[in-house]
Amino acid sequence: MKSKARLMQGNEACVEGAIAAGMRFYAGYPITPSTEIAELSAERLPLVGGRFMQMEDEIGGMAAIIGASLTGAKSMTATSGPGFSLKQENIGYASIAEVPCVIVNVQRGGPSTGMPTSPAQGEIMQARWGTHGDHPVIALTPSSVRETFDLTIKAFNFAEKYRTPVILLMDEVIGHMREKVQLPDPSEIEIIDRKRPDCSSEEYLPYEADNDLVPPMADFGTGYRYHVTGLVHDETGFPSNSTAVADKLIRRLSNKIEIHRDEIESWEEENTEDAEVLILSYGCVARSSKSAMNILRERGIKAGTFRPITIWPFPEKRLRELAAKVKTIVVPEMNLGQLVLEVERICGCNAKIEKLNKVSCEIIYPEEIVSKIEEVL
Amino acid sequence: MPSVLVENYFRTEKLPQIWCPGCGHGIITRSIASAIEKSGIDKNKICIVSGIGCSSRAPGYLDFNTLHTTHGRALAFATGIKMAKPEIKVIVIMGDGDATAIGGNHLIHACRRNIGITAIVYNNSIYGMTGGQYSPTTPKYDKGTTAPYGNIDKAFDICKLAASAGATYVGRATAYHASLVTSLVQNAISNEGFSLIEAISMCPTYYGRKNKKGSAVSMMEWQKNSAINISAAAKMSPEALEGKFLIGELKNSPEPEYTNEYQKIIDRLKKESQ
Amino acid sequence: MKMEDIKAGEIQNEKVVINPAWCKGCGICVAFCPVKALELKNDKVVMVDVDKCTQCGMCELRCPDYAIYLRRKKNEKQG
Ligand code: SF4
Ligand code: SF4
Ligand code: SF4
Repeated sequence: MKSKARLMQGNEACVEGAIAAGMRFYAGYPITPSTEIAELSAERLPLVGGRFMQMEDEIGGMAAIIGASLTGAKSMTATSGPGFSLKQENIGYASIAEVPCVIVNVQRGGPSTGMPTSPAQGEIMQARWGTHGDHPVIALTPSSVRETFDLTIKAFNFAEKYRTPVILLMDEVIGHMREKVQLPDPSEIEIIDRKRPDCSSEEYLPYEADNDLVPPMADFGTGYRYHVTGLVHDETGFPSNSTAVADKLIRRLSNKIEIHRDEIESWEEENTEDAEVLILSYGCVARSSKSAMNILRERGIKAGTFRPITIWPFPEKRLRELAAKVKTIVVPEMNLGQLVLEVERICGCNAKIEKLNKVSCEIIYPEEIVSKIEEVL
Repeated sequence: MPSVLVENYFRTEKLPQIWCPGCGHGIITRSIASAIEKSGIDKNKICIVSGIGCSSRAPGYLDFNTLHTTHGRALAFATGIKMAKPEIKVIVIMGDGDATAIGGNHLIHACRRNIGITAIVYNNSIYGMTGGQYSPTTPKYDKGTTAPYGNIDKAFDICKLAASAGATYVGRATAYHASLVTSLVQNAISNEGFSLIEAISMCPTYYGRKNKKGSAVSMMEWQKNSAINISAAAKMSPEALEGKFLIGELKNSPEPEYTNEYQKIIDRLKKESQ
Repeated sequence: MKMEDIKAGEIQNEKVVINPAWCKGCGICVAFCPVKALELKNDKVVMVDVDKCTQCGMCELRCPDYAIYLRRKKNEKQG
């Protein structure tokens, strides 16, 4: 049975998705433009037996969700620019200690306090490389309210499946925009829970990975008395100074995402069969790209769109195929050119790449994309 | 074959610890294990959390669910554990820099919430792991590698800080007074709300050497001679208390515990929806 | 404690057990033994006078490295 269609904000859809995915713990700190996610979590969580905490700061919010996740609770925090910077320390911790959790960043203008109530896409590279050291990342970017719901669920599923922090990279437009959405029936939603050990506590090696490179995870307080650390550690979970252990761990962390790229990567493309010019964009800008494509098609220009949904890992294989077919790739971004670096790396020799950048903290309009394309063709 | 206490509560294959000869941390860690033994709590329902620093290596030696977190953040991680699974007894081990400098914000707010966590601060008045820099508890005019001419910062009184921030059980002991550490920690564990025990430790390697305090033994002699139990202090003149510090139970005033208060909200909402 | 429970290298008498492998020679137990029954020899603790030892447990309480302790039966709680 389908639920009634509701008018809903992106931030609200995020909380609905999180609850549907099984979120039972939220910790965070108020920050514009993500605050509604905290407010709604505070309201909704105790109703489903979950728990909400407003922490003393952003760092504490990130730390608390890791602690909660270690007990088995699906956990999330949400923030925006400055808070995302503060959370990086413990995102790295979740990464090396392999603790599933979801971090939402509703992007606003930066750097620093920047433009708190206006949209931007300035954290594309921070989402990838924000915390120090080599580490795996999954980052998802919704471009509609309904997709925010779906991707929040996906974020929890990936976090649980691969034991890794997952970033939901929204922007202020998507967070605050209201759309009429029909949420799926809970029975239609796929929910993934982390693997738990099926061996006895005596036999349990907390960081011994299965063939999928992901180790089963025991909840704290259930008799599996193991050690968790942010130091380089071996299969037992205890720190090690061995260079071989470090090499093995860091490679496995990265490879557990790499070998599952086909399952993780997702994108949306339109009119790519005959496209000569490809508009590559994500988040709110992808909505303008779609309109721009339609205008260009009406004017006889064969335009198509490519929208990475997982910006990390980037859908590299598919873009490479498309780059061999199109002449030009235009990359409109609300930053000075971040994801375009990845596009250039992937298909620099095959297609001409054109940037369209805006850092005035307003959305890129369809006409701006149209004129850019007419100018470069 | 180690002692029964060590055999039962330590990961004996990890011993001896990496700590320097005469480091007070081993004594305090043993006292904590002894308090846990006396409290009779199921080992599987205890979680020990630490930050980063010499003291924060303690959980690695203890046979529980143990979590070695990031510098200063132990209480925030611990808060998540306690909130998500209140039946777990959460014990947090921190150093003085860890708890009161980089983790100071988490400390005062954990106190304020009165969340059911037992925090034990191993106070050796120095950053040991990084090689002897002055900390927020280094006494004024003492030396550290980053205070070569003497420290001009005023030191924190961790117990006063915790008590005024809202911790409901507060106590202080020293490595010399190891059995007092045990009894205070035992009381702290049985307090439902937030408890803080300051355990004065000694770092002969850096603090001791920098400040010519002599060997571990002489640092313990100093603890013995400078600590006055709060009950004895009541009968002493201010002159006699000059240069001394108080040990013992400094605050014991139970108040409603945080996760219980939250549970009341959940229960109320459940009732209302029926 | 049965004899077979005692590892090679451990020194034991009817009152205390010493594990020289863990002893770091800090001298704390020696300094605070109320009857001066202990001494350091080559940076390891040794008991010089078993008769003097009152089994007060101060050495066990303050040894940072758990290298000296009273003999105690399994399951017997610490005093
Ligand atoms: S440096 Fe100081 S605090 Fe650290 S282990 Fe050595 S004596 Fe202990
Ligand atoms: S038990 Fe007491 S008397 Fe005996 S060696 Fe130890 S400290 Fe000395
Ligand atoms: S206190 Fe322990 S480590 Fe120090 S000398 Fe005595 S037995 Fe050895």
